[in-house]
Amino acid sequence: MKQKVYIYRSFERFWHWMQSIIIIFMAVTGFEIHGSISFFGYQNAVKYHNIVAYAFIVLIVFAIFWHFSTGEWRQYLPTVKNLKAQLNYYLFGIFKNASHPTKKSVLSKLNPLQKLVYLALKILVIPTMVISGLLYMFYRYPQKGGIEGLNIDSIKTIALFHTAAAFVLVAFIIVHLYLITTGTSITSNLKAMITGYEELDKDDYKQAGKNIDEKKELIDATEKMKQR
Amino acid sequence: MKKIVITLALISLMIVSAIAFLSSKETEPTNQTTLKAKYDKKLPPRVNHSKFIVLQQKFTEPQQVTKACLSCHNESAKEIMKSNHWNWERPEYIQGRGIVYLGKRNAINNFCIGVEGNEESCAKCHIGYGMTNANTFAYTDSTNIDCLVCHDNTETYTKAPEKGGAPDPTLNLNNIAQHVGTPERSNCGVCHFFGGGGNNVKHGDLESAMFEPAKSVDVHMGTDGMNMQCVDCHKTERHVISGKMYSLSSMNRNRATCEECHTKNPHDDAILNKHTLKVACQTCHIPIYAKVNATKTDWDWSTAGMLQDGKPFEIDDKEGNHTYLSIKGNFKWGKNLKPDYIWFNGTAGHYLLGDKIQDTTKPVVLNTLYGSYNDSDSKIIPVKIHRARQPFDPINMIIIQPKLYADKVGEGALWKDFNWQKAAEVGMKDVNLPFSGKISFIKTEMYWPVNHMVSTKESTVKCNECHTRENSRLSGLKDFYMPARDYSPFIEFTGKSIIFLAFVSVILHGSVRVYSKSKMKKRGRL
Repeated sequence: MKQKVYIYRSFERFWHWMQSIIIIFMAVTGFEIHGSISFFGYQNAVKYHNIVAYAFIVLIVFAIFWHFSTGEWRQYLPTVKNLKAQLNYYLFGIFKNASHPTKKSVLSKLNPLQKLVYLALKILVIPTMVISGLLYMFYRYPQKGGIEGLNIDSIKTIALFHTAAAFVLVAFIIVHLYLITTGTSITSNLKAMITGYEELDKDDYKQAGKNIDEKKELIDATEKMKQR
Repeated sequence: MKKIVITLALISLMIVSAIAFLSSKETEPTNQTTLKAKYDKKLPPRVNHSKFIVLQQKFTEPQQVTKACLSCHNESAKEIMKSNHWNWERPEYIQGRGIVYLGKRNAINNFCIGVEGNEESCAKCHIGYGMTNANTFAYTDSTNIDCLVCHDNTETYTKAPEKGGAPDPTLNLNNIAQHVGTPERSNCGVCHFFGGGGNNVKHGDLESAMFEPAKSVDVHMGTDGMNMQCVDCHKTERHVISGKMYSLSSMNRNRATCEECHTKNPHDDAILNKHTLKVACQTCHIPIYAKVNATKTDWDWSTAGMLQDGKPFEIDDKEGNHTYLSIKGNFKWGKNLKPDYIWFNGTAGHYLLGDKIQDTTKPVVLNTLYGSYNDSDSKIIPVKIHRARQPFDPINMIIIQPKLYADKVGEGALWKDFNWQKAAEVGMKDVNLPFSGKISFIKTEMYWPVNHMVSTKESTVKCNECHTRENSRLSGLKDFYMPARDYSPFIEFTGKSIIFLAFVSVILHGSVRVYSKSKMKKRGRL
């Protein structure tokens, strides 16, 4: 039994789309600064890249707050359960019209592969990007009369980390854009991220507007009731 | 409603932070209007020299003029006689050599090589009279000071060629002495624009076009702009003139800098200001030099001495620059040149007369400008590199100071006798150095910092002239990482590979999906 479920709440959608715009913009300006492309003109690219960097940091701060205050961070806890099945699905099942091995629900929006990849983004790639980016902005050449410990002899290492993470992000975006089409229907995932609603299998515990902790309590309560 | 409020709050926060970043200026921008007003103010001279009785006596000798000057300016001679314009040397500390009296008397260049033995000709640019030998010249005789060459404001004073610094005998010295004042471009230019034996030969950024330059040639001196004089930047106190050329100096002192007026952080853009720690102003603000007339870039002495029908000859290019002179050899010239770039910390080393050359496989750098990325005193500066092949004694391993100029044939001067052997022999004897009798020619280089011909702000070097993969202006400076120019081949390859792989996988996976779906549909229908 399918029903329309409110799965992505407004902040989550706002965060997602802002993030996508920012990352794409940062990629274009960033690779111009890197010398790979030319589009805005070098000076403009540097200027825009630095301004949008601050917007990105603000967004990240809000997102972190949101993840913890709603308990959504639990969505990203890695698990090996179903991992192989999910891989199998993408490699074979999907061509045979097999059904998704992981059921999507408000409590578990992500399949095990997504959990792994998004967690890696959150704790590895984005932090690398932000830290190396801030160092890039605020590094100091060796200066006389300054505090020596704050000096950085060369921006080479910083720049290389920043570039490497940028390549990873671009590759991620390509794969991510494609995988959007592997939902129940080709556009169902996209629609869900735009409207917030998606047709999902019926689930007793889906209560729009409740946060994940409250939902957990609800589940536990129901389980107990059943046992009795 | 709550959602809308949150979203709005977020968006406004981002806008606020963006604006805060945009408007944050780390420095006060230079007040250009103040500077312009300061240099626009032209005061009339304090005194009218034509009214002084002492200047109305009939001058027949230039020394009489000097005496007249010193009768009022009675402390000036002491100042002059301490100056390097007078002494042609100054005490300098040179790395690895200690304190040296460095100057034209012991340094070698790769233009006319050196003044020793050639003073009568070279002294045309000495601020004294009667210098026929730099070693025996009476440096203590104040009447030999040539006040007029620097202070003539009539633009008529000229020194006679090959007369040891004496003025042209046809001049009206009275008129000149009665119209003296602060040195103007013409005073400095008569020597400094013609160094090396012709217009713009040496510097590339100092030449006769700078007498009356357009703003497009030099933004400061442009007659259609601020019309500044040399001494406006080369501030002078008691005849001590700030600024010097590193062909003949070694120490990081008494330099005339842009920062004096424009401050260390002159830009509105904080990122541009950050550059000033490692990049000299000139690097971006002098995109090209030799803007009007060509400058000499290469001098091959080895071909000098060829004669046609027993007579010296010259070959000129279509712009009138000598490409061959029997007395000097072959030349190459360049116009509208992009400078070379080096790290420079304000100190230099020098090849001095008699120094033994250790390595003859590389060009000998006659004035090594020190500096590197890791040196916190160093900045990137633009330079003109002048290359030459010049006479060298391969047995004694020293550069030869030939006798070039003489009044008449038979004294051994190259420019009269066209005999290298003789010129080397006499020249080396003049400087008390051994000569083996063998002459070969060695490649040498000189580095001339480019400081003038500052462009207007519209035509400064653009970011991507340096920050670019191909043909970066700074492609020669490899000791640091520069965004856009540099990258790690490994990361570049790996990164591009994973992007490529991602693309290929997506396309393959997608195609198979489409294919299998259509197959399934067919089957379903069957």
